[in-house]
Amino acid sequence: MKKIVLHGRKVYGGCAEGEALVTKEMISGWGGIDPATGTIIELRHELHGKSFAGKVLVFPGAKGSSGWSGVFQAARLAGKAPAAILFNEMNTKIALGATVIHAPALTELDQNPIEIIRTGDWVKVDADNGTVEITKKE
Amino acid sequence: MKLTDDEKAMLDGAEGKARQKALEFLIRYGTALGAERLVDTNNVGGYMIADRAGYQKFGGSFDALFSLTGLDSEEPIELPKVKAFSCQFETDMDPEYCKIEGKDEEDYKRFRANEKWLSKIGVTLMCTCTPYLVGNVPVKGEHCAWMESSAVVYINSVLGARTNCEGNASTTAAMLTGKIPYWGFHTDEHRRGTHRIQVEVPVKGLMEWGLLGYYIGKQVGEKVPVVDGIHVLPSRDDLKQFGAATASSGGVEMYHIPGITADAHTLEEAFGGRTGIVELKYGPAERKWAYEQLNLIGTDKNVDFVMFGCPHNSIQQVEEIVKLLEGKHIKDGSHMWVLVPHTIKDLATRNGYTKIIEDAGAVLMSDTCPALGHLMPKGTKVMATNSAKQAHYLPSMMGIEAWYGTTEDCVNAAITGRWEGELK
Repeated sequence: MKKIVLHGRKVYGGCAEGEALVTKEMISGWGGIDPATGTIIELRHELHGKSFAGKVLVFPGAKGSSGWSGVFQAARLAGKAPAAILFNEMNTKIALGATVIHAPALTELDQNPIEIIRTGDWVKVDADNGTVEITKKE
Repeated sequence: MKLTDDEKAMLDGAEGKARQKALEFLIRYGTALGAERLVDTNNVGGYMIADRAGYQKFGGSFDALFSLTGLDSEEPIELPKVKAFSCQFETDMDPEYCKIEGKDEEDYKRFRANEKWLSKIGVTLMCTCTPYLVGNVPVKGEHCAWMESSAVVYINSVLGARTNCEGNASTTAAMLTGKIPYWGFHTDEHRRGTHRIQVEVPVKGLMEWGLLGYYIGKQVGEKVPVVDGIHVLPSRDDLKQFGAATASSGGVEMYHIPGITADAHTLEEAFGGRTGIVELKYGPAERKWAYEQLNLIGTDKNVDFVMFGCPHNSIQQVEEIVKLLEGKHIKDGSHMWVLVPHTIKDLATRNGYTKIIEDAGAVLMSDTCPALGHLMPKGTKVMATNSAKQAHYLPSMMGIEAWYGTTEDCVNAAITGRWEGELK
C-alpha cells in the first residue's frame, strides 16, 4: 500500500482518521450544508448530496455567509461533523469553524492536499504533530 | 498570542467567568487564525436568537444555550452586560406576522423572551442585516466585529471600516470582552486588491449590480477585487446588492471601486504596491453568464411568491416598490413580502407606504428574511426576487424554483402571477 505523508500547521489539535472526501470547490456553511445530516446541499456544488459526517474533509476553504461556524457547530452537536479537516485558504469562517467543530484541523500543507488526496483514500490526521498520513485507495 | 495587561487580567478571571471564557475562546480562535494579538473594538454585530430546538433543549435558559454556542462552554454561565456597543442582526421571525410565517404562539413567546434577555444584557435590537441603514454607521478605520457577510463587505468596502466576517461565537465573545483577533481585514496589507476587473458594459441599477457582483464573486472567491470602468455612480442600495452578491457566489469581504469606495482614490492606491494582479473582464458574455446562473433553477413561469429586501430594503427601495404597486393588487393566491429593518417600517408607516403595500395584498415585514428564518408562504413553488443573494440561496435551502430580475419585473410578476423578465 502506497503511503504519503504531508506536513502542515495546526489549526485545531487532536488526532483522527477516516475516509477522505475531497473537493476543489469552496464550501458554504449556512445555506450550503444540512447540519442534521452532515450533507452538502448547495445545488451548484460538485459534492451536492454527499455527506462529510465522520470523514476527513479536504477542501480549499470556507465561503459564503458568516453563519459558517454556526451550522458546522450544529453539525457537531448532531454528531455529523467531519472527523478532521484539511484546507488551503485561511479565513475567519474556517478558523472559527475549526475551533467550534473540535475536530483536528491543518492548513499550509507542504503539498496541495486537494491534488494529492482522492475521495476514498484513508487519511490519518495528527494535528498536534502537524502530519497527515494518506493510504491510497487501490 | 501576545496579551496586554487588561487582557491578562480578564483571562485570570478579574472580570468574572463569562468574560474569562470569552477571552479564552478568542485566544483559541486567534491562534487558529495565526493572529499575534487582539484589537479593541466598540462595535460588534452578532446573532443570539435561540431556535426552537435550542430553546427547548436548554429549558428556556438563554444563558445556557449561548454559553454553548457563543462561548463554546459546556458549563452554563450567566452572561453579564456586554462590554462593547453591540447590535443584533436579522432574526428568524417577525413576531407581528407569526401566522403568515407558519409560526405559533410558542415561537412568539420564545422570541419575546429572547428580546427581553438581549436587552437585559445590553444588545441593541436592530434586528436587521443592514445596521448601517438604521444608525450603526462605522467611520473609516473603525475596528469592528460583525458577522453577516453582506454587511461585512459593505462596511469594509463602502465605509472603510475594518472587520472580518465573524461568526456566532466570535461576536458573542467580542461583545463580552470588547476584543477581536487582529488579523485579516483589520490590517492594511490584507485590504489591498488582488484582481482587476475591467468592466466593459454599462452597469446601472440594482439588477445589473447584482449580475456584476455574482460574476466577480464566482471568479475571485475570497480575494479582494478592484472594479475598474464604472462610469455611472452607483447608489448605496446598488452597492448593498453588489457586495451581497459577491459574498454569495464567492466569499468577498472587501472590494475597491477607486474613487467611489472608501479606501482608495486610484487603482494604484487600491493595489497598494501588490504585484501579480489577476486581470479579468466583464463584458456581454460574462453578464449573460451571471443572468443565466441566477435563473438556472427556474423553469415554471407561474410565480406564486415575490420577495424584496435581501439585504433589507432601505426607505428609498420601499418608496420605489410603492410607486410600482400603488392602486394595483397582487394576484389572488400569490404572496409578496417586502422586508425591512423595523426602524424603516416605522418610517414607511408614517409615510403611508405600509398601507399602500397592505392594500395591494402584500406584506411589509421586518426583523427577518426567508433564508434566515426558513420562512415562506405555505405551498410556495416558484419565487421571483430582485435579490441576487436570495436567488442564489433559496432554491438550495427551500427546494423551490427562483427567478431573478429587476424590481419592476418582480412587482409585475406579483400582479400577474407570470414571470416575464428577460435580459435586455
